[in-house]
Amino acid sequence: MTEIFSQLFFTIGGALSDLMSSNFGFVLILIGQGLLMAVFLLLSAYFLIYADRKVWAAVQLRRGPNVVGAFGLLQSGADMLKLVFKEIVVPAGSDKFVFFLAPVVSFVMAILAWAVVPLNEGWQLSNINVAILYVFAISSLEVYGVIMGGWASNSKYPFLGSLRSAAQMISYEVSIGLVIIGVIISTGSMNFGAIVAAQDTDYGIFGWYWLPHLPMLFLFFISALAETNRPPFDLPEAESELVAGFQVEYSSTPFLLFMAGELIAVFLMCALTSLLFFGGWLSPIPALPDGVFWMILKMGLFFFIFAMIKAITPRYRYDQLMRLGWKVFLPFSLAWVVFVAFLAKFEVFGSFYARYLVGG
Amino acid sequence: MGAEVFAFYLFALSTITGGLFTVLSRNPVHSVLWLILSFLSSAGLFILLGAEFVAMLLIIVYVGAVAVLFLFVVMMLDVDFASLKAEMSKYLPLGLLIVVILLMELAMGLAVWVPADGAQAARAAPTPIEFHNTAALGLLLYDKYFLLFQLAGLILLVAMIGAIVLTLRHRKDVKRQDILAQIYRDPDKSLSLKNVKPGQGL
Repeated sequence: MTEIFSQLFFTIGGALSDLMSSNFGFVLILIGQGLLMAVFLLLSAYFLIYADRKVWAAVQLRRGPNVVGAFGLLQSGADMLKLVFKEIVVPAGSDKFVFFLAPVVSFVMAILAWAVVPLNEGWQLSNINVAILYVFAISSLEVYGVIMGGWASNSKYPFLGSLRSAAQMISYEVSIGLVIIGVIISTGSMNFGAIVAAQDTDYGIFGWYWLPHLPMLFLFFISALAETNRPPFDLPEAESELVAGFQVEYSSTPFLLFMAGELIAVFLMCALTSLLFFGGWLSPIPALPDGVFWMILKMGLFFFIFAMIKAITPRYRYDQLMRLGWKVFLPFSLAWVVFVAFLAKFEVFGSFYARYLVGG
Repeated sequence: MGAEVFAFYLFALSTITGGLFTVLSRNPVHSVLWLILSFLSSAGLFILLGAEFVAMLLIIVYVGAVAVLFLFVVMMLDVDFASLKAEMSKYLPLGLLIVVILLMELAMGLAVWVPADGAQAARAAPTPIEFHNTAALGLLLYDKYFLLFQLAGLILLVAMIGAIVLTLRHRKDVKRQDILAQIYRDPDKSLSLKNVKPGQGL
């Protein structure tokens, strides 16, 4: 009897491993991994909203969400259900196809960028050579959700909001790109694994890129705030001037998609900050092993800083925002690229700026 | 049909569809959106060719920046596109003539086209195997053809400065902000507190 079972088990196991090594099995595994990543992102978005509101409430000496579920943990779920079951209002005279395309684009692009982001060594959907360029390209597409949403609403405030927002996102993309170039020059590769490996030196926490690229860390973080339309740069939705910017006409699920997309983009920026400047999954304490735990912890820390900035800073004025982007950040980051290129080429400070020398 | 062939036909078809509807669609904003589809699928074709760096640059530069500016301009234009479209039939014969000429040129070119010796082999291995094409491009641009590349950049810089000089005019009748003066302004010098007695005023 047991022999028959073991025979059966062996046959099924063999068939399964055959299936998994075939093309079809490869596609199945890929879909499974993609779903796993999407579930991870949606779950983190769920808790990030909660964390965001709790931090904000704590700064203002309020309690924040505390009624639905223990400690208000189910509040995000309740809000989500509320949004999903609301009526979708489509403004008359709107361009219906583009109107619904916009939130989908902004949500899909936010998720798509995570295809190359590793959470641990090798824990990524796709390990490509130009990973950082890919993230940059996809996040530059996110602006289309905003522009299309504002235009398709066929209304003044959303349109003005979307124009503003598009100008803002494009301006800050430039300085983000230049900051990334500095890191690429130091590493000699565009692969996230290589970038993290290059930060794995004998100096531990002082070998991470935050020290060699210290001014760029601040510049990158502030640009990330502007790029993701977070306060103090949330001018696209400045309620005192534009009602709610490009989101005015959106209700129900499309609005939910915009909101989730924005939050996942913020989380992506947290991941990028920890990968580029804080050694990703490397452990800050030499005695402890590296691992996904550190990566999540660092991302959480940067999200906390995002939330604190939202709570304690007043909104920027639009012309000052543009001035900061083009007249301060752009020249400064450009000069830094030249500076780093010089230091790396002539190996000033040994391999401090040129990590590829030591096989990073 | 393998996955690569399938992907090729998918990208090729959507490139052509995008291009076609860029011309045909009635709404100019839709035209730009179709154009973006066309760009994105061409990036997919580049990836199939193994030129991932060029594909990413295509997305970053054309889709991420150029097409956004197109969209900006087209959205803000206040042109009656319906009347422009109505004149399309007037220019149709001329357009068709240009199409015929272009097709004939292509056909004539292709008819006498003989690939050079070794072109097939060169096409099969555009870069040495141990190189990623990003690194290969970088070596070509910044090492081998450094001077030419810098000169091209210089020409672009001159063009940019020229455009700025041509359009710059200093207007004396406008009040301008001096941001640094605003930032460094001392509250003590611009603001004083007075203790006003009730019923008396200042």
